[in-house]
Amino acid sequence: MVAKLKRMYGSGVEPLTYTGQNYMIVDRSLIPEILQVLRNEEQFDYCVDITAVHYPQREKQFDLVWVLYSFARNERIRVKTLIADGATVESSVPIWPTANWLEREVFDMFGIRFDGHPDMKRILLPEEWKGHPLRKDYGILQQDNEWVQINLGIESGQ
Amino acid sequence: MTDRTTLSHLDLETPEKPFLDANELVINMGPQHPATHGVLRVILRLDGEKVLGLECVIGYLHRGVEKIGEHRTYTMFNPYVDRMDYVAAVSNGLGYCETVEKLLHVEAPPRAQHVRVILTELNRLASHQLWLGTHALDIGAITPLFYTFRDREEILKIFEKYCGARLTTHAFRIGGLQYETYAGFEQEVKNFLTFLKPKIDEYEELLTTNRIWVERTKDVGRISAADCIGLGVTGPVLRASGVKWDLRKAQPYACYKNFDFEIPIGENGDTYDRYLVRMAEMRQSVRIIEQAVDALPEGPIMAKVPKVMKPAAGEVYHSIEAPKGELGYFIVSDGSTQPYRVRVRPPSFVNLQALDIMCRGQLVGDVIAVIGTLDIVLGEVDR
Repeated sequence: MVAKLKRMYGSGVEPLTYTGQNYMIVDRSLIPEILQVLRNEEQFDYCVDITAVHYPQREKQFDLVWVLYSFARNERIRVKTLIADGATVESSVPIWPTANWLEREVFDMFGIRFDGHPDMKRILLPEEWKGHPLRKDYGILQQDNEWVQINLGIESGQ
Repeated sequence: MTDRTTLSHLDLETPEKPFLDANELVINMGPQHPATHGVLRVILRLDGEKVLGLECVIGYLHRGVEKIGEHRTYTMFNPYVDRMDYVAAVSNGLGYCETVEKLLHVEAPPRAQHVRVILTELNRLASHQLWLGTHALDIGAITPLFYTFRDREEILKIFEKYCGARLTTHAFRIGGLQYETYAGFEQEVKNFLTFLKPKIDEYEELLTTNRIWVERTKDVGRISAADCIGLGVTGPVLRASGVKWDLRKAQPYACYKNFDFEIPIGENGDTYDRYLVRMAEMRQSVRIIEQAVDALPEGPIMAKVPKVMKPAAGEVYHSIEAPKGELGYFIVSDGSTQPYRVRVRPPSFVNLQALDIMCRGQLVGDVIAVIGTLDIVLGEVDR
């Protein structure tokens, strides 16, 4: 399967393996197409998880990761793409409805927006909260002090 | 009753034909509501008593577990995972320890693996008992709660005797176990199983053919197998819709491949089938524990792991079959003592997304039944 994708997309797809787990690094522009192919032709019908990792020192700051599973093949694969801060990615809600909340969580925690998402808003934090906590530049004790002061009435904001 | 919409209508703004010529009513349920099993807020859009759609508002218990993970060493983070799904803390710990073991390229010794299976399955029993008691209570049957909590106590006693804690057990360590089993552990587990088997029949006697129970659960909150897969719903909910898929069989971890057990499945994907599937699962757990106790090997309980854990840089996704569904950990190591990123794939969070589609076309009272049947734990939804 990976060989086929490699043949189709050339240098845009780089298949890798670590501790027996397959994943591939895919060029951002190919993401919508490759996810579609994985879903429709390779039977990866279950989107397990969508998440991100922040590397602030890199030029393309974020790793965006899809964990996919195929019931028919009993096989897992991870698709990974590197994107810059502020860049957006096509939403995969039309491919897997479960992506709805998972993408909202990525947006909430990292500030990565998904194009064409039906309801792109925060999910765990309050809507007016400032900042995205899982970015590396967000301190572990940091809070949106203003929000805490206004909504919880705590003077110190902590 | 089965006027359900398709997946493309997940958002609340979708115009729908009114059931009666009446004004649409938006009401708020929660966040402090006894039947939401925690702090879950649900905004219901109603037409009379019929649910047109609903939206979940979550995050009230958000503690930033994933962020904490980045600021703790691998060992220090271990107790934190117990606080996510606090009614199945042992499963959380198993998933986390196995993922870090994969990063470290170590494997727990056979004795540790067997004890892990015994404790995890005991925890699955406890989790299902808690689910049954509270779910039945929500629907109006009070007695099962007393029965299940009485029997769950015996499991918690075993946990307490083994590791000192009843709920947030921190029972496992990366590489194996901290404690050897106490004297008489095997016998006590066996006695408990002998005690529990007739009790499961007792629960079923109370409910399975009870007319009120059947009327309240049959054909309520139906979800098809295709919708389950599309929405990423796993665990008993997926199996009740007829998909024979259990990670313990599909991708065996720990030493589950040594044991003989069935995957119970349902047909209709309604609340009643989910009840039957979980009851059958409890019996299967009993079977697994019996085999694991009998096969419990002698030997070390801890693999050779370094005191200061520094896994080589790399990333690993590993998941286990928690009582609620697929519980996954995605851990990125940068070669230091702390994980660079810990991502938890919580089954409750993903399953809760199906609440909207399961409740559409049902009555308000059924929303309670459907929340109960999804078996969510808000500590895990919000993390």
